[in-house]
Amino acid sequence: MTNLMDRPNPPESDQPRAREPISTGSEWTFELIQEYDDEIAKCAAEFGLDTYPNQIEVISAEQMMDAYSSVGMPVGYHHWSFGKQFLSTSKGYQRGQMGLAYEIVINSNPCIAYLMEENTLPMQALVIAHASYGHNSFFKGNYLFRTWTDASAIIDYLVFARHYVAECEERYGVDAVEEILDSCHALMNYGVDRYKRPAPISASEEVRRQKEREEYQQRRINDLWRTIPKLDEDDDPVRRRKRYPEEPQENILYFIEKNAPLLETWQREIIRIVRKLGQYFYPQRQTQVMNEGWATFWHYTLLHRMYDKGLVTDGFMLEFLQSHSAVVYQPPYNSPWYSGLNPYTLGFSIFTDLRRICENPTEEDREWFPDIAGSDWLETLHFAMKNFKDESFIQQFLSPKVMRDLKLFAIQNDDQEDVYRVTAIHDDPGYRDLREKLARQYNLSYREPNIQVWNVDVRGDRSLTLRHIPVDRVPLGKETDEVLRHVHRLWGFDVHLESVDDGTVVEDHHCPPREVEED
Amino acid sequence: MGMTHIVDRRLNGKNKSAVNRERFLRRYRHHIKRAVSDAVQKRSITDIERGEKVSIPSRDIEEPIFHHGQGGKREMVHPGNQEFVAGDTIPKPDGGGGQGSGQGQASPDGEGMDEFAFQITQEEFLDFLFDDLELPNLARKKLKDTEAFKYVRSGFSTDGVPAKLDVVRSLRGAHARRLGLGGARKKKIRDLEKQLEALKSAPEDLDPAFSHEDQIQVLEEEIARLKANVRRIPFIDEIDLRYRQHLKKPQPATSAVMFCLMDVSGSMTQMHKDIAKRFFILLYLFLKKNYKKIEVVFIRHHTSAKEVDEEEFFYSRETGGTIVSSALKLMHKIIESRYSPAEWNIYAAQASDGDNWNDDSPVCGKILADNILPLVQYFAYVEITPQDHQMLWYEYEKIQEQFPQSFALQQIADPGEIYPVFRQLFERKAA
Repeated sequence: MTNLMDRPNPPESDQPRAREPISTGSEWTFELIQEYDDEIAKCAAEFGLDTYPNQIEVISAEQMMDAYSSVGMPVGYHHWSFGKQFLSTSKGYQRGQMGLAYEIVINSNPCIAYLMEENTLPMQALVIAHASYGHNSFFKGNYLFRTWTDASAIIDYLVFARHYVAECEERYGVDAVEEILDSCHALMNYGVDRYKRPAPISASEEVRRQKEREEYQQRRINDLWRTIPKLDEDDDPVRRRKRYPEEPQENILYFIEKNAPLLETWQREIIRIVRKLGQYFYPQRQTQVMNEGWATFWHYTLLHRMYDKGLVTDGFMLEFLQSHSAVVYQPPYNSPWYSGLNPYTLGFSIFTDLRRICENPTEEDREWFPDIAGSDWLETLHFAMKNFKDESFIQQFLSPKVMRDLKLFAIQNDDQEDVYRVTAIHDDPGYRDLREKLARQYNLSYREPNIQVWNVDVRGDRSLTLRHIPVDRVPLGKETDEVLRHVHRLWGFDVHLESVDDGTVVEDHHCPPREVEED
Repeated sequence: MGMTHIVDRRLNGKNKSAVNRERFLRRYRHHIKRAVSDAVQKRSITDIERGEKVSIPSRDIEEPIFHHGQGGKREMVHPGNQEFVAGDTIPKPDGGGGQGSGQGQASPDGEGMDEFAFQITQEEFLDFLFDDLELPNLARKKLKDTEAFKYVRSGFSTDGVPAKLDVVRSLRGAHARRLGLGGARKKKIRDLEKQLEALKSAPEDLDPAFSHEDQIQVLEEEIARLKANVRRIPFIDEIDLRYRQHLKKPQPATSAVMFCLMDVSGSMTQMHKDIAKRFFILLYLFLKKNYKKIEVVFIRHHTSAKEVDEEEFFYSRETGGTIVSSALKLMHKIIESRYSPAEWNIYAAQASDGDNWNDDSPVCGKILADNILPLVQYFAYVEITPQDHQMLWYEYEKIQEQFPQSFALQQIADPGEIYPVFRQLFERKAA
């Protein structure tokens, strides 16, 4: 609490103004929400936040649970996993274990944010500032979102996907569709070209092209398998050793969609749908710290600005600050409530400190951030928001002060050692190392195993081989065989997965499983 | 400004997740059925009108994805350092391979439990329960021959018994009638009296043809006649009378008693009892739809009968032979002492494997026909056996011919038949 109450960056307060608050009670009305939004929008404009138009939807708690369980997609195809999500959400809510998230915001144009009707007026204002101006401007500004998602098309695309899946269910049965979706979901995180810029998604385009694809695709796949020279005609060992694909493919779902020999067209289309959704969520997975940090920084800053303008009361601020401090509470590593670094805290701390470095730089800041110290804080924060993802953002902007404030330290757990090792702490020799380690922690390929399509035995049994490149000898988890079964279902022929560390296979999985006594 | 669009969505459907929920239940129907089946074993048969908590092993509902396993070299940054400096070592907990806290994403809903537990509603519970019984839809039939009636007000009528006379309404009618009949005449009288007054006070006309005297006389006679007319209008007339009208409405009697009779002799296995229990549950549910208050009497018997509580009824076992009439006698005794047929709707369901001492079966028939069936709404007998019938069945068949409206018997060989049989038993032909 104290951490938050001593405001590190007091907004420029002119002379205290006569208080003329918009309202004094805690009950909200549509008129009041409109008024608060108008004022928050004015404040956001003062700070140059560039947003999509907003759509604020007032919903009930049950509807919030609905929204929750569809992973925030306002329209979604039907699948049991969303039902499972719903059951566990409502269970948690009914037990009172979980306050419902008070905000869900959708990266769309217009940007849709939900307000829960149970909330008090200060909470509604907080959510509006956080979601409709914070997240919204992040969606519109951050390069990953700009590259990977098309906010204006997503809702239409979701509607298209929902219809398509429903149609397939009608034609091929719920079970058949469910099987494909299950398998696709297992690989959803591997349905993204991480380095190539994807084509934007658009519903109308999809519908038009889907027809063409249907006809064209099957022909193309047939070609791939037909034009392969027969074994006996082609004994050249060099050519035989040539792999397909020639370069490893990181987008496993895409590869399967385009190359799996036996899939029917509708199945390929469903793979494509899940792939496109994976792509839509991809930027969110890489910018959690930044995105939440940015939104939290702005609800904090915008509502303080409202306070300075005399638009809100002291009581309003007290309630707001209480919620805010709950959001950015970071339990220490040894607390029973500790469950890792709170992305809200980390992101908020970095953005807040970034502003301080611009406005009130110390010697240390000038040394660490020579280009930034003393610069225009708004420009610098916008630059940081637009051009980074979590990994590079932390690498670039995590300051020694934030490391000290959060008392960060790194622990190494090596299975070849009997002890854990403290490898760096928040002190002079440790800062750089610590920052690097934390940045790496947010590197997607450090968080998820690096698995790529390695080879298809096009001349032989058509088996698909995936290759895993371990980092620091970290093996694959125990669900691996289960996932492989899903890959097998999609691919239709044998599937192998080998972990290759420094040229040697250290671990291998097969589906169907291999007999134990092989040589 | 004006950029923001504020929408009230609260009135939109809240059950967006209904289909997904249904999909989930569908996918795990085997787990849920087992849970429902277990619950039926554990629950009292009067305790069916609520949902149930279902637990599914987490591993069965996991959505697998590729992720890191334990092992190798991992490094994590944590907050809240108090005592450590770089280079410190911390011994690993025993068991090796232990993980630092905050390692990985243990489980998506933050619960490290092995079970995924959730609640199904009563409706879903019944669906799953009856799914097993091949229940198409829960039948909601009104019983046709409930004997209790309730009088409900249904306006007023012009005839009835004096006790039901509505005085206020009758007098109001009389007043209106008097106004209606006398009003015009009274006005006429007033007019004539005015003319009379005018005539009397006017100077005498010179022309004797217009003699005032004559005119006055005519007017006075007319006035007298009218006044007599008005006087003859009765203060209250037969047609003014209004009686409160009540309709006799058949009313399901608010209370019913359900007798569960079961053979617990050695030949009845737990499987037999389980089928019987489901049958009793169905009967209970069926009665529940029609009666506010239901009492359940459990009578178990082998060679002698005993009234017991539910627990003992379903779960204790006896050995030895069977005398069915002992249960019927006890039932009759209980009716006589506690459940007057005037106040109670009496239902009975008897479950047995058909075994009985042959000498006893005619006795059963006699008790049923003479003592029990005249008192009860309905008596259903289910024989749980895949085998050939014995004496008791044939005896009961005779009873059915005598009492087709209140007695029914059916045979059940396996659980799948419970519901169809139940339907046959309780589908009353139009009387």
